[in-house]
Amino acid sequence: MRSRIFTTHHRTLGIFYLFLALAAVTVGTLLSLVMRLHRVWPDLSLPFFGAMKPEDYLALVTMHGTLMVFFVLTIAPQIAFANLVLPEQIGARGMAFPRLNAAAFWLTALALLVLLAAFFVPHGAPISGWTSYPPLSAVPSAGPGQGAGMDLWLASIGIFCLASWLSAVTMLTTILGERRAGMTWSRLPMTVWAWLITSILTLLVFTVLLAAVLLLFSDRHFGSSFFVPMGDLVNGRIVGRGDGSPLLWLHLFWFFGHPEVYIAILPGMGLATSLFANFARRRPIGYRLMAAMLVAIGLLGLVVWGHHMFVSGMNPYAGTAFALTTMAIAVPSTIEVLCWLAILWGGSLLLRTPMLFALGFLSFFIAGGLTGPILAQPALDAYLHNTFFVVAHFHLVMAMAGVFSIFAGIYYWFPLITGRMMNETLGKLHFWITLIAAYGTFLPMHLSGLAGEPRHYERLSGPATSFPALLPVERGITHSALLLAAAQLIFLWNLFASARRGRIAEPNPWEATTLEWAPESGRSRVERGPYEYEIPANETNFNPQWERAAKEE
Amino acid sequence: MHTPQMLLEALRVAWMPPNGALHGIALDRLMRWNLIALCICFLAAHVWLIAAILRRRSFNQTTIPAAFRWIILTSLCAMYIWMAITAQRLWAESRFVGPEPEAMQVEVVGQQFQWYFRYPGEDAAFGATRPELVNAPGGNPLGLDARDPRSADDIVSSVLVLPVDREVDLRLRSLDVIHGLFIPGMRLKENAVPGLVLHVHFTPSVPGAYPILCSQVCGSGHARMQAMLSVVSPAEFDTWLAARQRARAEKAAP
Amino acid sequence: MPATFTRHPVEIERKDTGIGGKPPLDRRPTGGGGDGDNWENRPPGRRGPRELLSRYRLGVLFALAGDLMFFVALVSAFFVRQSAGHFDARENYVSDWHPLAVPPILWINTAILILSSLTMEMARRQLFHEIDVMDEWLGLGRPAVKRATPWLVATVILGVLFLAGQWIAWEQLVQQGFRYTSPDPSSHFFYLITGVHGAHLLLGIVALATALGALFILRRVEMRQIVVDCTAWYWHTMGLFWIFLFGLLVFFQ
Ligand code: HEA
Ligand code: HEA
Ligand code: CUA
Ligand SMILES: [Cu+2]
Repeated sequence: MRSRIFTTHHRTLGIFYLFLALAAVTVGTLLSLVMRLHRVWPDLSLPFFGAMKPEDYLALVTMHGTLMVFFVLTIAPQIAFANLVLPEQIGARGMAFPRLNAAAFWLTALALLVLLAAFFVPHGAPISGWTSYPPLSAVPSAGPGQGAGMDLWLASIGIFCLASWLSAVTMLTTILGERRAGMTWSRLPMTVWAWLITSILTLLVFTVLLAAVLLLFSDRHFGSSFFVPMGDLVNGRIVGRGDGSPLLWLHLFWFFGHPEVYIAILPGMGLATSLFANFARRRPIGYRLMAAMLVAIGLLGLVVWGHHMFVSGMNPYAGTAFALTTMAIAVPSTIEVLCWLAILWGGSLLLRTPMLFALGFLSFFIAGGLTGPILAQPALDAYLHNTFFVVAHFHLVMAMAGVFSIFAGIYYWFPLITGRMMNETLGKLHFWITLIAAYGTFLPMHLSGLAGEPRHYERLSGPATSFPALLPVERGITHSALLLAAAQLIFLWNLFASARRGRIAEPNPWEATTLEWAPESGRSRVERGPYEYEIPANETNFNPQWERAAKEE
Repeated sequence: MHTPQMLLEALRVAWMPPNGALHGIALDRLMRWNLIALCICFLAAHVWLIAAILRRRSFNQTTIPAAFRWIILTSLCAMYIWMAITAQRLWAESRFVGPEPEAMQVEVVGQQFQWYFRYPGEDAAFGATRPELVNAPGGNPLGLDARDPRSADDIVSSVLVLPVDREVDLRLRSLDVIHGLFIPGMRLKENAVPGLVLHVHFTPSVPGAYPILCSQVCGSGHARMQAMLSVVSPAEFDTWLAARQRARAEKAAP
Repeated sequence: MPATFTRHPVEIERKDTGIGGKPPLDRRPTGGGGDGDNWENRPPGRRGPRELLSRYRLGVLFALAGDLMFFVALVSAFFVRQSAGHFDARENYVSDWHPLAVPPILWINTAILILSSLTMEMARRQLFHEIDVMDEWLGLGRPAVKRATPWLVATVILGVLFLAGQWIAWEQLVQQGFRYTSPDPSSHFFYLITGVHGAHLLLGIVALATALGALFILRRVEMRQIVVDCTAWYWHTMGLFWIFLFGLLVFFQ
């Protein structure tokens, strides 16, 4: 009998991961609120922070981005949800390497602690953004927070890379080796497809980030010169001793960074497909096509990293090449969107809370995704790069779409975890406020971006700027951001209240066909596809994948 | 929740600042068309979505005719291709071909947290610089090497003054960390990367004053790292340059 | 408390049903060669003697795939860095990259490593030697372990020799005035690459030692095979990586 804490049980670990992500997202959200307040009332002195110095704002942005990307969107939709249901969905008895899996969790938790520790070291957290470009990140004297804070950031990311490496190995081995008989590739739930691809991506890119972090660390402490150019002069001291190249870091980081953002969104796409099929009570249009498109996104995602570097000094011809690959990657995403819209058209949609959030995911993915092809044009990106237009882009397509997929998954699997339902009315309330407030927060950012407002600006003043004209917009953004964050309290209340005294759920409340809802009763073969709902919809229109399909095709 | 009128207000102030560069005209048009296409797609998709939700009660599981889907897909792909090509033309014009030989040379140097602009002077050649000579209080912020004759007439300024309608070839450098030269009015952005010398060229076409910003986070003063570009008539430019040269000469004389 | 959430009985860990009542041999005793009786049709955990083995192999394979990318990143950095340079005061383009002559002892080390890979393979083979495995499975002593042990010990010794050799190489370089911190990038890379690879090999030696111990502790034939087999795969891969890295250091300076 193992102890409750150091369990190796995959579902418990999944819950642990969710709590980890919840902690991270709470901190990250608070940081973002402080940022928003500071942007519109720069001289406002806040509790705990007091009057903020410019570097404090940059530290907030950096930590906000790091927390949200690594510890929320890489953890919750991928690793947490996979640990919750992946083995059941493929009819395995558990993760392939339970101990490895548990070790991965504890490493992740350690990484989070190390990152948060950066707030409490002298000069505070790093200020060079979640992309931490050198030499700013390579030279401790380049700014406050670039000393101990930056070291902790690097250490944390390094640990995180190891952890995600381990869990990717576990997930891949499970998916490839532990599938139940009859669980063929064309019978995998779309979520499993997504997790398969994200874990492959994880293996391929997080290791590269690990190498980059290692090199940067060596530049900082062991006097090497991988990223710092000759004669580099920081704070009156010459620190550049060799022909290091900052662009090398950009390439290594974005080779990781772009696949990373797809790691963040692919599980959401898989989950959305499942939920659409489930709540529309019909087979997804073109299951194979959608799976293929997930694979295509994963592969293409490895060759588009340069679209973050159009104006970074990269060769303009390379810019063209990356622009083309980036345009190409918009196509599979578009096909996914069209397939989803086709599923929804004329399906008998049941608008339960998980379905609502899946629909919200779709809406945000379209809204944010569409600005992608604009940014993908070097000529236009030469104006939009590092303006709030980009911030708007990735908050819609990554932040909000990703967070909505997390919500959808939690509302959907909550009965499976706790045996109770979450409150529907609260859920719907939470959905509508979050949806409206999110659009109210991130749509106007496009406009301030068009007006040319750069990122990482802690105040809109300055000799040269016309930005004070933007203050009303910024104020509006801040207000709706406050509303957005406040709406999450409904969710948290709903979460914990329902866990205690929510309505007891029947075994398969959503009438889903995937196997996590249908505990095997001695059956050993999977007999049918994941979403084979009979047509027309009626009482018996769902059968778990164990059941032999009514009509063999 | 006053999002609506906030959006209206926003639409009034928040568009690209007035364009002052030759290549900016085509770029603005392209941007406008792209945004329009984007909004249409966004609305179309959401109309579809909402319609699907509204007519959900009808339990007959209708499917979109495949033909229709393929039409939409192909038209969207056509849109992407159009975007790629049109934008590519602009990009090639501004980045693949260098400036004309008679383009004016100006060097832009970023340093935490200040932009410096260096004019080559009569000899049209920049003098050598050495980081160990950098000494801003001593009046040598770029580390000009006095032993290099070409540096004798170099002029270092903290404002960028350019004659209208003459192509300018910017030579971007950075002394310490990566900065981003961003002139919204000129629709121009390129990073200044230490260890590299990058060239961008453009032609200011409308006299006026334009803000210069730093678009790449570079430290605690990132937001304060601003300067002004003033585009003036050639005559005014010459007088300004002459004044600067005189000032420099006087400083060198005693 | 989260563990109390668990509801469905499926999740409760079952005790491992073991090796499916068949000896863990390459050739499946039922003679089906895999097609006759298709293990895949059995539920996980009942897929015959080699299920666990193939699972662990798969895991090691994936882990090493990630590791490969790690080294690929380092190597690409090597090439980028090699082509880097700057303009000196007289505006001519100079590079700070001076090719570094690798200490000749590396050739010996490489030979040692290849040798160790052979001994490793011998050790691995012993544990799959059919008759011995049969004996062990039937509980008639541990002939396979007896045969494998010397080979494993040899591998450990060779591995330690290799690391010692690398250390000597470093010593020699330091004598010649090449330090990691010396401004010359090629020396960064030499120490970085050899160091990182050495760390991997150190891990391998630890794994070997544990495998040696495990051979005598583990009670299931299958597990004994697994520890050695996985260590072997890791060891071979590290040998392979080294050959590439060595080629890089020697020929691509
Ligand atoms: C997942 C990613 C994510 C998320 C969710 C958010 C959420 C928010 N972000 Fe941020 N943001 C980033 C990723 C994200 N952000 C990144 C990568 C950057 C760039 C950093 C850099 O440049 O270095 C950035 C930068 C950034 C900036 C730019 C700062 C600058 O450059 O000057 C701003 C400014 O307004 C901002 C604001 C906000 C706001 C108001 C929210 C609000 O939406 C917050 C409200 C919170 C929620 C709606 C989520 C609540 C979710 C739950 C409670 C569910 C969790 C439940 C479980 C896990 C069980 N963010
Ligand atoms: C989940 C995360 C995510 C996703 C999915 C995407 C998706 C895409 N992104 Fe984005 N991106 C980020 C996260 C993400 N991005 C982040 C975090 C950054 C900033 C990093 C930083 O600097 O800090 C960024 C930045 C970024 C840039 C760099 C901007 C700059 O810094 O200058 C670019 C440039 O090409 C880009 C492009 C794209 C493209 C083309 C897609 C495409 O995949 C989009 C495909 C989707 C669509 C095309 C929509 C399809 C729907 C329709 C077409 C509807 C049609 C229907 C009808 C008409 C009925 N992204
Ligand atoms: Cu210079 Cu930001
Ligand atoms: Cu990207």
